[in-house]
Amino acid sequence: MSETVVLAGGTVVDADGERRADVRIDQSRGKIVEVGAELDVTGSEILDVSGAYVMPGLVDVHAHLRQPGREEAETVETGARCAALGGYTAVVAMPNTTPAIDCAAVVREVLQLGSSAPCDVHASGAVTVDRAGEALAPMAEMAALGVHLFTDDGAGVQDPGLMRRAMEYARDLGVTLAQHCEVDALAAGGHMHEGEWSVRLGIPGQPAESEELMVARDLMLARLTGARIHIQHVSTAASVAMVRAAKADGLAVTAEATTHHFTLTHAECASYSPLFKVAPPLRTDADVAAIRTGLADGTIDAVATDHAPHTQESKELPFEQAPPGMLGLETALALAMTHLGIPMTELVQRMSVGPARIAGLAEVHGRPVAGGEPANLCVVDPGATWTVDPNQTASRSRNTPYGGWTLQGRVVHTVLHGELVVANGEARR
Amino acid sequence: MSGLLTAGQLGSSDVETLFDLADSFLEVSSRRMPKVPALKGKTVVSLFFEDSTRTRLSFETAAKRLSADVMTFPVASSSVNKGESVRDTIETVDAMGIDALVVRHRCAGVPHQIAGWTSASVINAGDGAHEHPTQALLDAFTMRQHFGSVAGLRVAIVGDVRHSRVARSNVALLASLGAEITLVAPSTLLPATLDGWPVTVSTSLDEVLGVVDVVYLLRMQTERMREHLVPSLREYRMRFGLTSERAALMKPGAVIMHPGPMNRGVEIGGEVAELPNALVVDQVRNGVAVRMAVLFWLLGSGGHQTDQPSELAEVDREGAADV
Amino acid sequence: MAERERRLTPPYGGVFVARKRVMELDDVDRAVWRMAHEIIERNRGLSDVVLIGLQTGGVPLAHRLAEAMLQIDGVGVPVGSLDVAFYRDDIGLRPVLPEAVTDITFDVGGRVVVLVDDVLFTGRTIRAALDALTDHGRARAVQLAVMVDRGHRELPIRPDYVGKNLPTRRDEVVNVADDGVELGEMVK
Repeated sequence: MSETVVLAGGTVVDADGERRADVRIDQSRGKIVEVGAELDVTGSEILDVSGAYVMPGLVDVHAHLRQPGREEAETVETGARCAALGGYTAVVAMPNTTPAIDCAAVVREVLQLGSSAPCDVHASGAVTVDRAGEALAPMAEMAALGVHLFTDDGAGVQDPGLMRRAMEYARDLGVTLAQHCEVDALAAGGHMHEGEWSVRLGIPGQPAESEELMVARDLMLARLTGARIHIQHVSTAASVAMVRAAKADGLAVTAEATTHHFTLTHAECASYSPLFKVAPPLRTDADVAAIRTGLADGTIDAVATDHAPHTQESKELPFEQAPPGMLGLETALALAMTHLGIPMTELVQRMSVGPARIAGLAEVHGRPVAGGEPANLCVVDPGATWTVDPNQTASRSRNTPYGGWTLQGRVVHTVLHGELVVANGEARR
Repeated sequence: MSGLLTAGQLGSSDVETLFDLADSFLEVSSRRMPKVPALKGKTVVSLFFEDSTRTRLSFETAAKRLSADVMTFPVASSSVNKGESVRDTIETVDAMGIDALVVRHRCAGVPHQIAGWTSASVINAGDGAHEHPTQALLDAFTMRQHFGSVAGLRVAIVGDVRHSRVARSNVALLASLGAEITLVAPSTLLPATLDGWPVTVSTSLDEVLGVVDVVYLLRMQTERMREHLVPSLREYRMRFGLTSERAALMKPGAVIMHPGPMNRGVEIGGEVAELPNALVVDQVRNGVAVRMAVLFWLLGSGGHQTDQPSELAEVDREGAADV
Repeated sequence: MAERERRLTPPYGGVFVARKRVMELDDVDRAVWRMAHEIIERNRGLSDVVLIGLQTGGVPLAHRLAEAMLQIDGVGVPVGSLDVAFYRDDIGLRPVLPEAVTDITFDVGGRVVVLVDDVLFTGRTIRAALDALTDHGRARAVQLAVMVDRGHRELPIRPDYVGKNLPTRRDEVVNVADDGVELGEMVK
């Protein structure tokens, strides 16, 4: 009985480096059986992956799956399918749903919805009740269900006193506080990065300092409290520099940057298309360069997608009235391979190993590709080029800013707990 | 697609053509029967998401004097207010067969967006804090009428430049015509950056009054105090209001302009607007002729091509470049 | 040549190349003189007559006619200019822009208006001029004076005073210049 499949002829790449090797997977046990050059394939199903990379499945610490509440834009199932097609085997769902993921009941609902999805779905929890920034959410009851990241994403926790207490409380629970860094008092009324382009376009801007002020504050509070914090979607050069300095100082801080913040600048807003409206906003060339450097040198631990589906109608509103956010799960890996210019082993660190650690998933995801490890894998063909077509997405929404972009590197197969959930670029469930 | 979305899209020969046309339309407007059949059979729709009776009337008067059919889209009472998307509205109106859409919206870029959804010419009648190109055209036309030429004129634009589409369009157009522009405002009312703006800046109205040919006053919105941009209207008037005393310090021959509606007693002294060198009424009268010129240029002159986009026109990158 | 002719004659915006001179300056002067006499004779004097030249080619001709009439009859007739761009029936089909501002400072109501143009061709410009004139008042009568009638009418319009009848091909161009009249064509 053939319960095993061999990914044959590919190049294995993980945190330990690259090597030519076949990978035998036990599909029923969900484990990698063995890895080696020229495995004996007798009795196994064979999947020819020659020319492709076999790497640990990607992990996204930042995705908006919109369920419950905004099912017209996305559901856990459709979002997870985007993830699987993008090579992800785990995603962390952000808590800005309706109702917000701010108590055990909503956590259970999201986990339940994700239980049959083609990608592991983990929930993050809100720091404050209803993400309103006023009262601490019951973090312990959510942590007991496996929630590891707490954030009011979509907004930052404005009150420094409350943030301090949240850090102290989170430290006891061994969980991580993640922050959407944005000081409302400076950012309010703004819809794009404040600078040359916002002035030209007449769109009210938000200064980079509205992010940087909160990054600085939270780094100080982390020093005060000893809490572990994670800076979400770092978007400015000064934020990167602060994180770098804090790490050098030994603070327990991690950071993520999104694909759009290393591929797009505020100049894109000249089209007035709300597809380019996102929070934090697209910044300058210098910021993009700093994000790339931060990702290359490890200051930024993870590439995140901030996958944020929005309906067509809402993205046809005036720029100033449209909601921020863009799709990301299906394009992230190819964007990173095409535009980041870092070696594949480093890419594995930023897109699988690093994010798995941040999300508290390091036992199952971001593992070495080796015998006995969980079979969560992504197979990507680095030679394949493809053009992004907004209408060819598994998402319920179409709001990718990359329509028409030609990218290098296409996800061929995704293996989730031994199961081939994506085969030859097609989702199987 | 053709249209008028930004002042910067106009090359110098376009502006010259428009001004020559406006001269002709001023003559038409002065006739006993101020109407020509030039746009007979064309349909112009005014679509004002933000109320502005004077601008709408100016455009509609212009269209009617050209014999175009004019429809006013009643935004307030329409399905737009009942949740219909702007795009659905545009596609509905477009299907009726129209030639031009005159659009006003409180958000920047809406005319750009609409231009992508219709084959009609879209005319920007003011979008957020972005542009108001026909206002700039009528202002420059008024200056040319009064002084003979805009080139070499020294123009002070005074007040809330930060939120002003009028200021943005005027800076682009007047600079392209060779005027020297000084923005006069406290830093709180200036844009976050003036990189690439062909202007000088002053924070003292008194210092520039004696040297400029045109004092162009912007409307001061009362809500700016709540945004901590000025402490009080009283203090604003004290520093930047064109009072009678200040008006007396203006260089001989210099003129006062204002896009309206005026806040008398704030940015302009109550009696200053009545001074013989205040061109406010000329601006309004020229507004109709200039808008006739724009409508005729877009709909009647057999298709023009924009030449030599100026610096600010680079804003209209791919997709929006063929305006 | 008249900018309007240059712009409205295919290939649009080309260059006029003369092939033949059909009237010398003397011929034009004699024609103006004769037409001035005819206008006076036909209207039994000049008491109610006004001249309106069509922008741009008709305007200098109108002034020359007025000058001749002054010499002949001692009467200075009012001269105006009319731009018909906004009245043309080809608006939107090709570039139509006014040549100059219409300038009629007198009342045309009850007067005999002599429209003056350099070349009469299809008749469409005159058709537009008749419409435009109506907006300035109700003339008692409208007459038409042209330096060259080159035929090819597309409308039931005929001139009252003609400098020269000139048989042409449709694709030829007549250029009335300061120093005479040439026949040629547009070349791009």
